[in-house]
Amino acid sequence: MAQLLFRDALNQAMSEEMERDSRVYLVGEEVAQYDGAYKVSQGMLARFGEKRVIDTPIAELGFVAVAVGSALAGLRPIIEVMTYNFAILSLDAIINTAAKAHQMTAGQLSCPIVLRGATGAGGALAAQHSQSLESQYTHIPGLICVSPSTPADAKGLLKSAIRDPNPVIFFEHEALYSAKGEVPDGEHLVPIGKGDIKREGGDVTIIAWSRQMKQLIEQADAWSEELGLDIELVDPRTLRPLDMELILASVKKTGRVVIVEEGFQFNHVGAEIAYRIQRDGFDLLDAPVERVTNIDVPMPYSPALEKLVLPNADRIKAAIRAVCYK
Amino acid sequence: MKQTSQLGAHAHNFPRGRAAELPKETLLKMYRDMVEQRRFEEATGRAYGLGKIMGFCHLYIGQEAISVGAAAALRPSDVMMSAYRIHAQAMARGVPAQAIMDELFGKATGCVQGLGGSMHIFDIAKGFWGGWGLVGQQVPTAAGVAFAQKYQSTGDVTMVFFGDGAVHQGAIHETFNLASVWGLPIVFVVENNQYGMGTALSRVSALEPLHEMADAYKIRHYEFNGMDLLESYDAFADAVDYAREHSRPVYLEAHCSRFRGHSMSDPGKYRTKEQLEEEKAHDPIPGFAAFLVDCGVTTHDALEAIDEAAKGEMKLVLERAEAAPWPDPELISKYVLVNS
Repeated sequence: MAQLLFRDALNQAMSEEMERDSRVYLVGEEVAQYDGAYKVSQGMLARFGEKRVIDTPIAELGFVAVAVGSALAGLRPIIEVMTYNFAILSLDAIINTAAKAHQMTAGQLSCPIVLRGATGAGGALAAQHSQSLESQYTHIPGLICVSPSTPADAKGLLKSAIRDPNPVIFFEHEALYSAKGEVPDGEHLVPIGKGDIKREGGDVTIIAWSRQMKQLIEQADAWSEELGLDIELVDPRTLRPLDMELILASVKKTGRVVIVEEGFQFNHVGAEIAYRIQRDGFDLLDAPVERVTNIDVPMPYSPALEKLVLPNADRIKAAIRAVCYK
Repeated sequence: MKQTSQLGAHAHNFPRGRAAELPKETLLKMYRDMVEQRRFEEATGRAYGLGKIMGFCHLYIGQEAISVGAAAALRPSDVMMSAYRIHAQAMARGVPAQAIMDELFGKATGCVQGLGGSMHIFDIAKGFWGGWGLVGQQVPTAAGVAFAQKYQSTGDVTMVFFGDGAVHQGAIHETFNLASVWGLPIVFVVENNQYGMGTALSRVSALEPLHEMADAYKIRHYEFNGMDLLESYDAFADAVDYAREHSRPVYLEAHCSRFRGHSMSDPGKYRTKEQLEEEKAHDPIPGFAAFLVDCGVTTHDALEAIDEAAKGEMKLVLERAEAAPWPDPELISKYVLVNS
């Protein structure tokens, strides 16, 4: 196993898949000559040339929609949106074209794109650059949504996403790019739609993904000891379709669930997970499901305020105590 | 019409007269295609009035010289993409009238099995790529198809249609820029029928004449009379050849009229009766009929027979659509995702 940065794991995934399939190309703002705004595509222009690593003007609707069209015609674009805050401008191409093409043509077309880029609060970036807009995409039938928490998952899921015949929306937390982790050597694929138990425990299930899961992995031993509760960490990794089998198996074991997610509270991904747990696992629960999300406000700039708005240790531990009646 | 030579740096005069070199059989087929499209749309209007066709429905009546001229300029492997006033364009590309009408009726035998309806006609095998319902959405999508054609060196081109109501969408301007910077083999066609739904172009546009906007993006452009089949064919043939040969975009403005409302629910109060009659005086079908007779290609009686045959055929098309089966409920979720 090699120790890799999250960004380098993504780079490996893209490079390996581009070696494997000439239909795969990378397009986006600053991906080529600048080596990527977050250096995810470092060296790829030199390796694959300007036909397959393509800089765009700052015109998110235009270049995303053109890439979507190229996928309808048989190519497999990896579309880097610098952040999902900017990708809002390209939603028409994703929601109205990519997610609809297969159904509207009765299977005559398909749209194998990967849309990928930064999500979440990177640190004191204020209201317009700190959003977690995953539910804009998980809401839409016809899209697959993925959000890895470790370099290994990042590599394995991105490779699977590139090979998938459907449009895949791939969320990379901005604060994870420099995270380090072990990545298996050789061909490493993580299947889409399969979650992962990041820590086994018997008392309470915490469901989280992306940066929140990374932080939980780092804290879970200490918190289990501090609270006298053995925490189980469930990372769905794919946000649509959800691995409800894995989630319900954990709920069956613990009977208590906290969902931790960045993003606005109203209608975010955790709301759907909580609904499905109560629908399919009502008898398994010993307490109502708790959610810990951003406080439901536009993100303030000041670090003193940002740390209060994001899910934090105090609020997560309070939620754990609440579902365990402690 | 303005002289294109007085316009911007990338304005262009296209060569005239290529249509007249077409074989007699092709000219007659083009006439038959226009007539069949007209009779198809009339049948569609009747069926809509009877409640057999639901949803939004936009008729092409009046603009047939464009669909037929365009299709005649394309190779079978080229791609045509459009918005939602598309029944006639799909027919021009060779999609069977029956498959389209069955689709309008929401039947399992429709070209997309009843999933699409009037706005979402697709037949990829025939080179007709829809069928897109958001104004301007199809333009960057089509540029993506052209991108793939270039990436894969197929030698094919993409032609994409949009209305004058779409030209102010940012997506179109972003696409023009990308198509020019990346050298995409695409023919952009604005069908300027002067109204975006009920809003006259002149009330909302700073772009007139529309084709001149291509100057800003260093794209070759010109306008033509979209009510004249021969001029239409000449314009399209030149544009398609140029896009293919140079791997460059072209932007055409087709001046035209639609003789019906924006959609079936539009009473058309923004046009006077006199204005509409004036527009109908330029109907492309009698104009081309007169040309064919004058040139001795055929006789008036033979053209009448073509029209009668088309009327009879569309009557049958309606009957068969009525009798066709409804889709199975399993279709609801069959094509949401590709099964990997």
